[in-house]
Amino acid sequence: MDYALSIFVILLSSILVNNFIMSRFLGICPFLGVSKRVETAVGMGLAVTFVMALASVITYLAHYFILVPLKLEYMQTLAFILIIAALVQFVEMVIQKSSPSLYQALGVYLPLITTNCAVLGVAIINIEEGYDLFQTLINGVGGALGFTLAIVLFAGIRERLDLSDIPKPLQGFPIAMITAGLMSVAFLGFQGLIR
Amino acid sequence: MKAKDILSNGIIRENPIFRLVLGMCPTLAVTTAAINGLGMGVAVIFVLSLSNLAISLLKDYIPEKVRIPAYVVVIASFVTIVDMLMHAFTPALYDALGLYIPLIVVNCIILARAESFASKNKPFHSFMDGIGMGIGFTLALTLLGMIRELLGLGSIFGIKLLGEGSILSLSLFTSFKPAIIMILPPGAFFTLGLVLALINKITEKKESKQA
Repeated sequence: MDYALSIFVILLSSILVNNFIMSRFLGICPFLGVSKRVETAVGMGLAVTFVMALASVITYLAHYFILVPLKLEYMQTLAFILIIAALVQFVEMVIQKSSPSLYQALGVYLPLITTNCAVLGVAIINIEEGYDLFQTLINGVGGALGFTLAIVLFAGIRERLDLSDIPKPLQGFPIAMITAGLMSVAFLGFQGLIR
Repeated sequence: MKAKDILSNGIIRENPIFRLVLGMCPTLAVTTAAINGLGMGVAVIFVLSLSNLAISLLKDYIPEKVRIPAYVVVIASFVTIVDMLMHAFTPALYDALGLYIPLIVVNCIILARAESFASKNKPFHSFMDGIGMGIGFTLALTLLGMIRELLGLGSIFGIKLLGEGSILSLSLFTSFKPAIIMILPPGAFFTLGLVLALINKITEKKESKQA
């Protein structure tokens, strides 16, 4: 029972309370870069969810079955980024061969994910928090869902922004930042949900 | 191009934060206090200049097709060095920056400079480009950190300037109430957005004067 509760808390915390974009600032580059249209934001969200879930599990296995027994924990950063880069490349090839339609939808976002700090971030957080394999998977999926939630909402607002009359110096990035700030205030409201 | 021009290019004309808008994650996350911004900046100067130098030296030996993974390995090695150095010598800063030190690996500025500058230029110029970009990044982070710390806590680099207990004992300064939201996540977005808008305004004025 306690374990089920801990899973629920991790899920809630990674989606809402410690939202990757709004409170941890991970994955800001794609958040600002690929949020001009709702459809592309959904595509990016799906691609990130897929890669983050896989990356969480594989880095977990690599950490506890390769790095720890060999006492190479200090190589964590190097090992994780290589795993993620290889994984992204591999996922891209598999999708390209097996499902051309999915590749059409996600293809362009996949190479961008290697430098998405959310993926490396979630891998490091999993190890730091000492999660077990299942908790790691939940944290990865939850974090990615939180990312998707934020980027899709933000894209919806930005589509509206295109039509509004914005003072010239604020156009582009400045107004996007301020919008994101207001969204972040809303996400602060979840802070009291868990301790 | 002269080394001096390359250096100043990164600091002002192509400032990575205010002009290129690259490397947003650490910018927003660590600028809760001026000292954190400065610390992050110094770590980035170190990684950026040395990785630029190494990549420029290795550029003729790295096959075209695997260049991105090769660059990432070089960058990750320097980040690991910084991580260990900071853990050993500046433990307080290491705790404050936490997760964001290993995440320097995925800081877009570093890979962007490797790809667009170091892979095409001589080692010394690449090194200077790394230093210049790094200083530009550091100045931007320190500025944002100072604004947020001043408005959120009433201090700069830990020295109390505004609010109760201010070293400036004028009622104008001591009656200031710090706005906690500035050091919370929303404050990061607001500060950066407003600073960017201000810079746009200034450059717009300059350009219209020249025209």
